[in-house]
Amino acid sequence: MNNTEIVKQGLKKRYAREKRFQLYGKLAVLSGFVFLVILLFDITSKAWPAFSVTEILLEIPVDHESLGLSKDSEPNEEALSGINYAGLVKQAIRNVFPEVTKRQQKKLLYRLVSSGAEFEIKQMMGENTDLIGGEPVSVWVKADDDIDTYYKLETVTSRVKGEQVRFIEKLKAEGRIQTSFNIDFFTTSDSREPEQAGIRGALVGSFWTLLVTLLVSLPVGIAAAIYLEEFAPQNKITDFVEININNLAAVPSIVFGLLGLAVFISFFGLPRSAPLVGGLVLSLMTLPTIIISSRAAIKSVPPSLKEAALGLGASHMQTVFHHVLPQAMPGVLTGAIIGMAQALGETAPLLMIGMVAFIVDVPGGIFDSATVLPVQIFLWSDSPERAFTALTAATILVLLAFLTLMNALAIFLRNYFEKKR
Amino acid sequence: MKLLLATVVSVGMVANLQAAGRDTISVVGSSTVYPFATVVAEKFGKKTSFNTPKIESTGSGGGMKLFCSGLGLKFPDITNASRAMKKSELDTCRNNGVTDITEIHIGYDGIAIANSNKAPLFKLTRKDLFLALARQVPNPDGSEALVDNPYKTWQEVNDSLPATKIEVLGPPPTSGTRDAFAELALEGGCQQFGWIKAMKKADKKAYKSVCHSVREDGPYIEVGENDNLIVQKLEKNPNALGIFGYSFLEQNDDKVQGSIIENKSPEFETIADGSYPVSRPLFFYVKNAHKDSIPGMRAYLKEFTSEAAMGEDGYLLDKGLIPLSDSERAALRDNVMSGKKLVIK
Repeated sequence: MNNTEIVKQGLKKRYAREKRFQLYGKLAVLSGFVFLVILLFDITSKAWPAFSVTEILLEIPVDHESLGLSKDSEPNEEALSGINYAGLVKQAIRNVFPEVTKRQQKKLLYRLVSSGAEFEIKQMMGENTDLIGGEPVSVWVKADDDIDTYYKLETVTSRVKGEQVRFIEKLKAEGRIQTSFNIDFFTTSDSREPEQAGIRGALVGSFWTLLVTLLVSLPVGIAAAIYLEEFAPQNKITDFVEININNLAAVPSIVFGLLGLAVFISFFGLPRSAPLVGGLVLSLMTLPTIIISSRAAIKSVPPSLKEAALGLGASHMQTVFHHVLPQAMPGVLTGAIIGMAQALGETAPLLMIGMVAFIVDVPGGIFDSATVLPVQIFLWSDSPERAFTALTAATILVLLAFLTLMNALAIFLRNYFEKKR
Repeated sequence: MKLLLATVVSVGMVANLQAAGRDTISVVGSSTVYPFATVVAEKFGKKTSFNTPKIESTGSGGGMKLFCSGLGLKFPDITNASRAMKKSELDTCRNNGVTDITEIHIGYDGIAIANSNKAPLFKLTRKDLFLALARQVPNPDGSEALVDNPYKTWQEVNDSLPATKIEVLGPPPTSGTRDAFAELALEGGCQQFGWIKAMKKADKKAYKSVCHSVREDGPYIEVGENDNLIVQKLEKNPNALGIFGYSFLEQNDDKVQGSIIENKSPEFETIADGSYPVSRPLFFYVKNAHKDSIPGMRAYLKEFTSEAAMGEDGYLLDKGLIPLSDSERAALRDNVMSGKKLVIK
């Protein structure tokens, strides 16, 4: 038996082995894909009710008598804020259901409408003072979250009473109830009433926090990477630093929160719950990721390029900044964006520095109290009201969209810089 | 690096100046009180010209720690708690200069032991719960000795219960709900054994460890702090029971039903009149020294204790809070306005 025959004998086995391996590979990819699809399907199916909101049509009386204003003078700020808007809403509901007279029933009736309705009316009147004294104004006001859930999903809990179901049937028959796109989900901040809650505050908070993270961790990370890779002497101290950076990348993120609490808040006296502190803590967390990936990118630049630059008389620094860094940029940016994406999805370290909080006002800068998207998800997922389940899922979708966008940006930048060189 | 340090330090100074004029009330504490405190804060922010208070959900213990760290604008003004302040916590407060605190009892929260609507309703006693869930129980042969919990099914615990496996989903030890469950349900059942009750005088520590320890051999399953998750799991597993707050039961009663404990089902009325045995008081604590330095403090306290919030028809009741009685509320308002100083013996 010569060599060819020996090889031929084993050939079948070898092909089979390769086929088996490919099959394992395909199965692995397929199972990953299946999990992803299940996850996305589950979240999306839970999230869709959050994007629509149930509204009820009411005719709000705006004559002087109902508003409690005098006919003679122009209404000023003070008179406008003195109007009993809640009373107006109640009166409008009673007008739709003139047959309801008992106190207990009336209470159920008023609960059809969101407690935010009076503020909607207040805002409308403040902006259009010329409405005063005219005919009743038709307004679609938001329904209460229990009614909203019942109407959209037909879930029957004891939160919606039998009487209220009859009220809703009547509204339906008169065409006074509809669902429309929930624009407020994107334009308002956290609220304890699900129908009034939105993610604007959390989005803006995430923006400020990530801005601080980016401004701190990117320059520091790249500078550290360049120094360690190109200039630092190889000795015990740099070895020690290197080991520590690699270890830091694996430290649980809550530890950074504790560190942030001790250093930034207790020692430097920075304000609790501020995006500044959140951003600093998250930059501590992302620094190792950025340093490690930047170093890898710098290392992968061919030495011939460096040698050519040095040979033509460029200084070490010129070589690094004119030739090495531009070549390494795609890798550096990919690392930075993946680090940022990590920071965007983090909650644990923020708990320690007070960003897991109920904050209604949209933060106007890095010193204002703020919360971030993943924290909003965490807070809503733990709320008893049923309608928050949908809001939670919808916020997860928004967060996923941003993560996808950031990763897409990383890929785009990599391709862009690769083409450029 | 020097430049960076310089910026951090200078930014820190600016922030210090900013913090000097804090005009938002800062609240920390229990995640059980969080849903109620946030509603009040939101209404307060909308109704008045003051900023909406910032409310952190840190847990009762974490809240106390922050609250007692000191006086001044850097520290929270109010802490929420799903249990009363401990003597040791008050001592910490005093050592840090926080001497004048008022305790505000806002109402009650029931703890439901619920299962899926698809399964038959459970009728339990606190004794059943103790025997089913404690780590050590009295020897089933009737002697006065403790053995590791041998019970596997509900029927073994009590003949009138079904022969299904004991499977209870509940919160982990870090949770206030778990503490309250141990104290109210387990200890309540534990005390029905005269000889264990007698231990309380002789050896308080041993008594507590017997009555508050939950078994770790499987039947009690820790599901994290998220009550919504427990509801979801109960829906999928009709044989299991779950432990969570009354407000979650109320929101999900199309999926789960609250077990009857000693002939009382967990309902608004039974919790309010105290006849449902597993209910706990909710509190918040306020620093009187901050009442004048933080804008809106008095108004916030007034809003929280107003009839519109915690009264018989108040909006907090709609969120699942069980109110105090009329006289208790009146007394409470007096205490809040006069700033009655908290003393723990």
